[in-house]
Amino acid sequence: MAKVLMKGNEAIGAAAIKAGCKYFFGYPITPQNELPEYMSKEMPKVGGVFLQAESEVAAINMVYGAAGCGARVMTSSSSPGIALKQEGITYIAGAELPCVIVNIVRGGPGLGGIQPAQSDYNQVTRGGGNGDYKLLVYAPANLQEMVDLMQEAFDAADYYRNPVMMVGDGMIGQMMEPIEFREMPSRFELPAKDWATTGTKGARKPNVINSLFLAPQQLEDHNIRLQAKYDAMKANEARFEAYNMENAEVVIVAYGTTSRIVRNAIIDLKEQGINVGLIRPITLWPFPDKAFDLVPETCKSLLSVEMSMGQMVDDIKIASNGRWPVHFYGRSGGMIPTPEGVMNKVKEMVGGAK
Amino acid sequence: MAIVAQKSKGLTDKETHYCPGCTHGIIHKLVAEVLEELDVLGETIGVAPVGCSVLAYDYFNCDMHEASHGRAPAVATGIKRVMPDKVVFTYQGDGDLASIGTAEIVHVAHRGEKITTIFVNNAIYGMTGGQMAPTTLIGQRATTAPLGRTVEHSGMPLRVSEMLATITGAVFVERVSVDTPANIRKAKKAIKEAFQCQLEGKGFSIVEVLSTCPTNWGMTPIDSLKWLQDNLIPYYPLGNFRKPGEVK
Amino acid sequence: MLNERIICAGFGGQGVMLMGQLISYAGMLEGKEVSWLPSYGPEMRGGTANCSVMVSDRPIGSPVITDDATVAMVLNLPSLDKFENDVVPGGKLLINSSLIEKKATRTDITAYYIPANEIAVELGNPRVANMVMLGAFLELTKTVEVSSVLSALKKTFGESKLHLMPVNEEAMKRGAAAVK
Repeated sequence: MAKVLMKGNEAIGAAAIKAGCKYFFGYPITPQNELPEYMSKEMPKVGGVFLQAESEVAAINMVYGAAGCGARVMTSSSSPGIALKQEGITYIAGAELPCVIVNIVRGGPGLGGIQPAQSDYNQVTRGGGNGDYKLLVYAPANLQEMVDLMQEAFDAADYYRNPVMMVGDGMIGQMMEPIEFREMPSRFELPAKDWATTGTKGARKPNVINSLFLAPQQLEDHNIRLQAKYDAMKANEARFEAYNMENAEVVIVAYGTTSRIVRNAIIDLKEQGINVGLIRPITLWPFPDKAFDLVPETCKSLLSVEMSMGQMVDDIKIASNGRWPVHFYGRSGGMIPTPEGVMNKVKEMVGGAK
Repeated sequence: MAIVAQKSKGLTDKETHYCPGCTHGIIHKLVAEVLEELDVLGETIGVAPVGCSVLAYDYFNCDMHEASHGRAPAVATGIKRVMPDKVVFTYQGDGDLASIGTAEIVHVAHRGEKITTIFVNNAIYGMTGGQMAPTTLIGQRATTAPLGRTVEHSGMPLRVSEMLATITGAVFVERVSVDTPANIRKAKKAIKEAFQCQLEGKGFSIVEVLSTCPTNWGMTPIDSLKWLQDNLIPYYPLGNFRKPGEVK
Repeated sequence: MLNERIICAGFGGQGVMLMGQLISYAGMLEGKEVSWLPSYGPEMRGGTANCSVMVSDRPIGSPVITDDATVAMVLNLPSLDKFENDVVPGGKLLINSSLIEKKATRTDITAYYIPANEIAVELGNPRVANMVMLGAFLELTKTVEVSSVLSALKKTFGESKLHLMPVNEEAMKRGAAAVK
């Protein structure tokens, strides 16, 4: 298919419908509004349902209900709205239901701002909800990757019976970039949803969608089972891209739109004789620990570049396990890091320009 | 020997955890019998709340969801929108529906969502130990209103049926009680009408059932029924507030 | 190396978002790396609109322009005031002189004055002022081919508006002539 120029939020909607999503429940919040707007227009055309809920809380609970019936269902929001959804998300994770949640991140805390940010790193990787649960979290760096990952997001959600979060920022949501809608073969063999509540028809025992286990031993067993699932996700789903690692003196870790800025800085630094590599996590959870095995011996330190105040540094430290000192450079509140800012930080780390 | 009465097929064999004298059991039975009589058990998905009836998913013999506190109407909306041909109901108490879940119940009615809600109002939080609910009466004691509820502090008790009857999408709204055999029969009739509204695709239907809580009211079951009659019914009058056809 | 960072700004309704989209679209058709990013949120409710467009030979890093625009096209006075200082030294500032009497104050950039609305009115369609500006931009920067923009416009218009192609094409020509 030929390339089309499309706004990010609309491309997400188109990709979701292409991936078989038939149900969308959402609530308006900037900067993701074009996504529910697009769904309200397009869902009826494919025999699907769009519904504007009375709140983010209601929207995620509608997702919970729809997912329990075995439907491919999605919701979207932006940071403060995702905070409201956390209750529903932990229930969905606890009841082991599949769904896709899109988070077009804006600056926080509180009402924060509406410009691009990555300050939901902890919210999406640690989970704002209660209990031991994990989401599979994708953080694409451009619209093409966002679109390409959507099929996988729905498939992985079904395969693991777990909520999947797709993280973008205001830039990903608002910008237009050329996109090609490609056929993405599924990596998963998906079992039938025999657990779904579709009515017993008197032919089977009732199915129950539930996250309540009052007996401690039952709940512990449930948690052990969940943990085994998360371990499998850790083993199989961590994804990253490594760039320009050979002979790198510094390796930068950056994801999403920030990684694009870093990439340009790396090209400019190379022209100035400073070799810098990039590890770009494509999944924020599981964090791509193995990527750090690729860091060359020439590397003296790591640098986290974020549109947040160092939230990813902990994960880099855990993954690199003390092998290199970890530095931080970031902007926040909707301020966008510049290639110059990144370059200056790197030069400071390597002891000035060469 | 002829069988003259037996447990509804709408209930599982699981023994309930409800306190002695609690009227949840009666209300469960009525809902189960109605679903069986309408022959829709195999096509029904119920949504249990958080509160005393949290384990209702173990008792109703149909597919069930357990919702988070107050969100049952939103969960039911998700289910109904995916499967518009199925029968979907929520079973909620007064803490769940009238306090934390007011937004969800108002908007499920506002959208005219074709589901049925069984609202069990016993004017107190049962599961958590007798705290004050929005429906707790003036002067009624609760563990968070040890001297009794006052208007100055907490306002007047919330009349949910009257409130929802103002919403166009709520096509069937009735308040019933399960304190006497006659009232139990009326309650069953209302529950059946509510589900029929759903089957006919008319809109949102709700039956508010006045109920007792002997444990947290600190009374015997018999005294509880009497207290319901003397106190709850005068403030929460029984009757129909809205029927299909009356909707303008 | 091609690396244009373009701001299009004006009142809502002047078609500044479309100008930017056409440049991006044309760049895509030519196989270049492109991005388009609108202003959003409360600032666009005030009646002014702007977008940032990148056209480059290398992958676009940030689609945001801070103070490093190579070209700014301003269609109204608030946009001139807002964006004049965001143009890099040596960059170009295209001013819609029909609506902006003020002159550029900077001397380290080149300012061009295009009476876009007057030309559009002469052509019998006041709505094509944006295309006059776009014609001038293409003449001055050669960022993308005029023919690519026309292909993009055709796609954007669809069947129902194809009859508007000639006046839009003419507007671009007149804009180009205004800066020759």
